[in-house]
Amino acid sequence: MAQVAEALEQEQDAQSVVKKFMFVNRKAPYGTIYALEGLEVVLISAAFDQDVSLAFLDDGVYQLVKGQQTKGLEVKNFSPTYRALEGYDVEKLYVEGESLEARGLREDQLLVPVQVVSAQEMAQLMEQQDVIIGF
Amino acid sequence: MNFGLLINEGPYNHQAADTAYQFARAALGKGHRVQRVFFYNDGVNNATRLTEPPQDDRHIVNRWSKLAADHGVDLVVCVAAGLRRGLVEDNVAPGFRISGLGQLVEAGIESDRFVVFGD
Repeated sequence: MAQVAEALEQEQDAQSVVKKFMFVNRKAPYGTIYALEGLEVVLISAAFDQDVSLAFLDDGVYQLVKGQQTKGLEVKNFSPTYRALEGYDVEKLYVEGESLEARGLREDQLLVPVQVVSAQEMAQLMEQQDVIIGF
Repeated sequence: MNFGLLINEGPYNHQAADTAYQFARAALGKGHRVQRVFFYNDGVNNATRLTEPPQDDRHIVNRWSKLAADHGVDLVVCVAAGLRRGLVEDNVAPGFRISGLGQLVEAGIESDRFVVFGD
């Protein structure tokens, strides 16, 4: 990604401040562009060496479900990007248990290792953040 | 206080751009600084100089341009989101510039409060 290289250059000029960034994913992976373009921001923030975490709630939990078939939609299947996050040192993925349960989903149906937390625990995690960006 | 703003919705289609503008005006009016407004997703459409609303409607794009001219607010349009939607250097309104997502993250790092306007 050209933007990652560009961000790395800008990062050298940025302050050496490390802030806690949380990206809150609330929407289904396909149907709108929020999840895809949101992931782009996650990758860039990792290039800035920030303390990045991802939260998945509401229909956002569908973003992590295995076995997405997007050919019929003629859109790119970006499930592999979630698997690549570990390589960017983005390893804190929190999934709200209530959202999973409400949709009849289980942790073993998800693409990547996550921490399932309660809505209350999610609220506590959000309180600890410096910057919260929702998509 | 120094604010950074992110706008994720297009003008006219969604109130987010109006709310963000009113927020920026109010913050500046109280003596705060708005360092940067970053336009992402359909929010990039806030920057097209081809916008021509009916005369009895607000001109969202010109409002941003004036905010930049009057208060030195840095209006940044994401290059990748812009290209996807046909927004290039030739058609951005005065006061806007096109740059990368690093500018969004930098605003998050440098501002005291980073506020997101979206759906």
